[in-house]
Amino acid sequence: MTYTDKVVRQFAVMTVVWGIVGMAVGVLIAAQLWLPALNFDVAWLSYGRLRPLHTNAVIFAFGGSALIGTSLYVVQRTCHVRLFAEKLASFVFWGWQTVIVAAAITLPLGITQSKEYAELEWPIDLLITVVWVAYAVVFFGTIIKRRVSHIYVANWFYAAFILTIALLHIVNNLAIPVSLVKSYPIYSGAVDAMVQWWYGHNAVGFFLTAGFLAMMYYFVPKQAEGPVYSYRLSIVHFWALIAIYMWAGPHHLHYTALPDWIQSLGMVFSLILLAPSWGGMINGMMTLSGAWHKLRTDPVLKFMIVALSFYGMSTFEGPMMSIKTVNALSHYTDWTIGHVHSGALGWVAMMTIGSLYCLIPRLVGEKEMHSIRAIDLHFWISTIGVVLYISSMWIAGVMQGLMWRAFNDDGSLTYTFIETIAATKPYYVVRLAGGVLFLSGMFVMAWNVWHTMRNKQHEPVPASAPAYWGGESA
Amino acid sequence: MLNTFWNIFVIVLTLASIAGCWWLLQWTKGISNREGEETGTTGHVWDEDLVELNNPLPRWWLYLFHLTIVFSLVYFVLYPSLGNLGGTLGWTQEGQYAEEMAAAGEAQQDIFSRFAGATPQALVADAEAMGIGRRLFGNNCAMCHGSDGAGGPGFPDLTDKDWLYGGDHQSIVTTLENGRNGMMPALGDALGEQGVREVTAFVMSLSANGQDEALVNAGSQKYGMFCAACHGPDAGGNQALGAPRLSDDIWLYGGSEEIIAQTLVQGRAGLMPAFSESLSAEQIRILAAYVQSLSQP
Repeated sequence: MTYTDKVVRQFAVMTVVWGIVGMAVGVLIAAQLWLPALNFDVAWLSYGRLRPLHTNAVIFAFGGSALIGTSLYVVQRTCHVRLFAEKLASFVFWGWQTVIVAAAITLPLGITQSKEYAELEWPIDLLITVVWVAYAVVFFGTIIKRRVSHIYVANWFYAAFILTIALLHIVNNLAIPVSLVKSYPIYSGAVDAMVQWWYGHNAVGFFLTAGFLAMMYYFVPKQAEGPVYSYRLSIVHFWALIAIYMWAGPHHLHYTALPDWIQSLGMVFSLILLAPSWGGMINGMMTLSGAWHKLRTDPVLKFMIVALSFYGMSTFEGPMMSIKTVNALSHYTDWTIGHVHSGALGWVAMMTIGSLYCLIPRLVGEKEMHSIRAIDLHFWISTIGVVLYISSMWIAGVMQGLMWRAFNDDGSLTYTFIETIAATKPYYVVRLAGGVLFLSGMFVMAWNVWHTMRNKQHEPVPASAPAYWGGESA
Repeated sequence: MLNTFWNIFVIVLTLASIAGCWWLLQWTKGISNREGEETGTTGHVWDEDLVELNNPLPRWWLYLFHLTIVFSLVYFVLYPSLGNLGGTLGWTQEGQYAEEMAAAGEAQQDIFSRFAGATPQALVADAEAMGIGRRLFGNNCAMCHGSDGAGGPGFPDLTDKDWLYGGDHQSIVTTLENGRNGMMPALGDALGEQGVREVTAFVMSLSANGQDEALVNAGSQKYGMFCAACHGPDAGGNQALGAPRLSDDIWLYGGSEEIIAQTLVQGRAGLMPAFSESLSAEQIRILAAYVQSLSQP
């Protein structure tokens, strides 16, 4: 028996492609904040339409391809079987790419539900649902036919990610269509806002956290060639993480029409979330702890350790920002943008990049990537890029928050809004530089992937025999 | 307010979730005791070399987890968190808003009482009053009229001597308090294409030479029928209606042939919002004086 790796290869390549596309759009809109004329007075190049394209492309196209691709790789290796329903897996690939292309067409045209991270209109939502159910069938079908009794920890996280995203997507997108390109949500007012941020925050929690923790749990021990630090810790932080994340959404709606008690619960559960989040960081870092010396020679591990560091930092920052008094300063400022990118670039992208550098050679029967020095270059470019990005947005955000709330004794605001924009401009330039660096790193990666994968025979990899204890249930 | 069922549902679910976290931590301690081994792998192997140690939970991490649980319970008592129960501190966001507004109001009392009986001329001459006026203008007016007050298409220039609704102190105060609705009806259907061309030529001839004489003459007649009622037979405008004077070269929406024709065909709706709800009477008086000062040399 051999593994089904074609679909994994397809997703791996598209992860790099969509990463470049999504980040390039991000760089363009970052440049527009510095020089608004860069929208060239073309409606579909305007900031309001490209911003959702950027977020959808990096989260669902880049992140989604990485998650689906790696999960289909990991679930086979840790269940010691081929994929269940291979044709369906191929449909998942083409279906998901269709969704992405549909998003790339409709969003610049201004076709949107106006729900953050759920902008796509109902026909595309239906396609997403079909693709996602197919994905779930492939993944859980493979789990069911596994040849080992225990389910590896990475699969718990992938499973939680797949089930919860299905639930979130369907509930938040319930809408009544009025035409092919327009629908209205069945919720209204504060309820609509609450459902949207229940979705929005759990998209962070289950798509961008649980899914990438799954990736971490497979690729970090693989690359470090060491044991996972603590099985017990993985149990506690898994259950606590998935139970508590569900509650945290209202912290996006502090000081709004949402009732006080819901706001409080959102804040309190966000604080409780700190320890479960850090559980994953501890498990990852301590898994690397036996392999510190390898950091000198292995830039792939460097990506992973930096990703875990940014994960720890953002999951500390998040609970702090959910505290009402902190949020009163940080909300609506670029601090939020900095926080998101410390998670999205520092954690999600770095973990994806590290995992792909570990995965791609194995997909073409190689030991390592074409150029290790290029990986090292990529590592330094992107690390400097992230640091520039988030530190400029932190400073800009705190400054904006302080300027917006400053008022004179006569009741007037100390600063007009345009003055806060003018003060932010230098930081927008630094942020743009950070984004350009991170994007350049992706081009280095694309070059490296090209040279690693081209002209390679795709010999099917035989499925490895399960260890002796696995026979107990088989 | 939640009804009884949802109230109890929310409270039970919230407390059960907190209790669940605590139970999870106790339960995992149980695992470690039963197995009785602090390190060593679990014996599971995947994909040839993936194994797991079973190290105990780090102490500091356990303390952190417990600390957040204790914090949550204390917070639930103090602040509104458990359904309709409210918190013992009596805090609400509406209450916090009212408190902060009251405190700010008191502070402002001292500042504005100084200007209580001051005439508009005295306010214009008072540097402190003009400082307040400039800040109020920046916060409330600049987004439409521009930070220098020079306006833009559709937004009147406040630095010239031309006033739509009157430039004396009381008229400006009235404009600020109640807002204004400027209404130019759409005349495209009534005038027809040729009529629009004629009236446009006539209106342009009022402030500039070089129009086609035949068009101007024809437009003059139509002006009398359709426009004079508001803009006046001499095109001097009418401040009671906010109808602009057309005989000068000052334009609210623009004085090019294209824009004037557009104004005639589509009409215009100008809106100045009312500020009596958001600004105090004293603030409005000072702001009116500041606006007056913009057109004084």
